[in-house]
Amino acid sequence: MAIISRGFTGRRPEVESNRLPPGQYITHDFPVLSAGPTPRIDLDSWNFEITGLVDEPRSWTWEEFNSLPMETVTQDIHCVTKWSKLDMNWTGVSLDVLLERLETDATHLMAHSYGGYTTNLPLADVMGGRSWIAIGHDNQPLAPEHGGPARLLVPHLYFWKSAKWVRGIELMAGDRRGFWERNGYHDYGDPWREQRYWGD
Amino acid sequence: MATRGGSSGIGETDGEPLCAPLHRRGSLSGAALYWLAAKVLETRVETHRVKSIVFERPTWERHIPGQHVDIRLTAEDGYQAQRSYSIASAPEDDHLVLTVERLPEGEVSPYLFDVIEPGDELEMRGPIGLYFVWKSVMAEPLLMIAGGSGVVPFRAMLRHRLAAGVEVPTRLLYSARTIDDVIYRDELEDRESSDETEIVLTLTREQPAGWGGYGRRVDRTMLEQVAWDPDRSPRIYVCGPTSFVEKVASTLVDIGHHPMSIRTERFGPTG
Ligand SMILES: Cc1cc2nc3c(=O)[nH]c(=O)nc-3n(C[C@H](O)[C@H](O)[C@H](O)COP(=O)(O)OP(=O)(O)OC[C@H]3O[C@@H](n4cnc5c(N)ncnc54)[C@H](O)[C@@H]3O)c2cc1C
Repeated sequence: MAIISRGFTGRRPEVESNRLPPGQYITHDFPVLSAGPTPRIDLDSWNFEITGLVDEPRSWTWEEFNSLPMETVTQDIHCVTKWSKLDMNWTGVSLDVLLERLETDATHLMAHSYGGYTTNLPLADVMGGRSWIAIGHDNQPLAPEHGGPARLLVPHLYFWKSAKWVRGIELMAGDRRGFWERNGYHDYGDPWREQRYWGD
Repeated sequence: MATRGGSSGIGETDGEPLCAPLHRRGSLSGAALYWLAAKVLETRVETHRVKSIVFERPTWERHIPGQHVDIRLTAEDGYQAQRSYSIASAPEDDHLVLTVERLPEGEVSPYLFDVIEPGDELEMRGPIGLYFVWKSVMAEPLLMIAGGSGVVPFRAMLRHRLAAGVEVPTRLLYSARTIDDVIYRDELEDRESSDETEIVLTLTREQPAGWGGYGRRVDRTMLEQVAWDPDRSPRIYVCGPTSFVEKVASTLVDIGHHPMSIRTERFGPTG
């Protein structure tokens, strides 16, 4: 159905096709996508909170957060601007740890970031060992332009869902759109179903 | 119960009614964007590494300046590659224009630069994005800061401003390596002389004899001179390679511009 591009051969990815979602290409750089300036975040006042539909909100200072059990994981990352980067190394706290024994009727959550960025996710997508609050990349503290000191990491969805500069999650009784989701991007963002934009 | 009441963040305040000129289907998830075949009418050499490709206007109604399209190439065996390109034309223009910088090691841009010619059809879908956009109804002074091919979406904004006949104070600060790397040079000169738009060039590598403009990378002093006073609340757009955008955006914050007034678009990983 697609139109053949006369004389186009392309640069085939050097990986098995089951690791590269449709429309993506492999990059070895670590590109940056943000809507505005990189916010300046002071670790002394940094705070991570779980709020919203929960009886007792939870909150951690930077020091408290760093004493939580950390995991180091290897994950493939897929950005909606078409690049994918395989086998990235991340260190962070599993959301399962942060949400442990939490009573809630929430179905969705909104991640809130320093700088005002938000993104929405089904609660189920951040549970069961599928998401982290990452504070390290390649055994280094996470750089500010890549979302440091801490970013959400949800590798099975397009990377904008992995909110940079995260400061908390708000549990919600239903779905509500976040920042990119209101600005033309897909509500769920599954790279394997190529859910890039509204209506995909 | 929301987190942290009174957040003035991006996520909460961008409630401008930006009507997306899309084929709405009324579904909650918004409109679907279909792949369309767009016919190439003309290619124009802009610089030794940059070409504009002029397309017959696709069937969507109107884009908003600052939006981009996705281009998809397909090889004989079905292999496909996609990339994003900003729209360089105004919604009022007869044709759709993209402007592509040829990256020597690239997969898609050399194809668009070297191979595409009038009569070819390319698949595209769009228009995409509702944040890095400017409409002529926006009243704040308009400041655009471009590095290299980051000037592309600003051509759409400048042409839209002209077509709409609005008089918002407008400045473009554009950083290029040499005078020969300046994309849309003639058009920018016209715009400046006829249109009360201030175009400020800085040439970072080499300046022609008698050059009266800036001759260095964008820095704090330059931004203090060119960006309006933060009190005038300009609406600021920064577009270019990542390192350029990072530096310019953070310097703007240093000199007192509100982070929320600065919208960024990053074209590539390196500078
Ligand atoms: C929203 C958006 C709008 C864009 N608009 C435009 C536009 O109007 N005009 C335009 O020319 N490009 C634009 N781009 C960039 C474009 O999408 C492609 O990334 C670019 O053309 C390179 O693709 P390629 O296949 O040729 O190179 P690739 O094969 O993807 O990359 C080749 C090599 O070049 C590096 N590279 C990629 N981009 C750059 C860069 N900008 N500078 C230096 N090195 C780089 C890569 O890391 C890689 O090493 C835009 C990108 C986005 C996300």
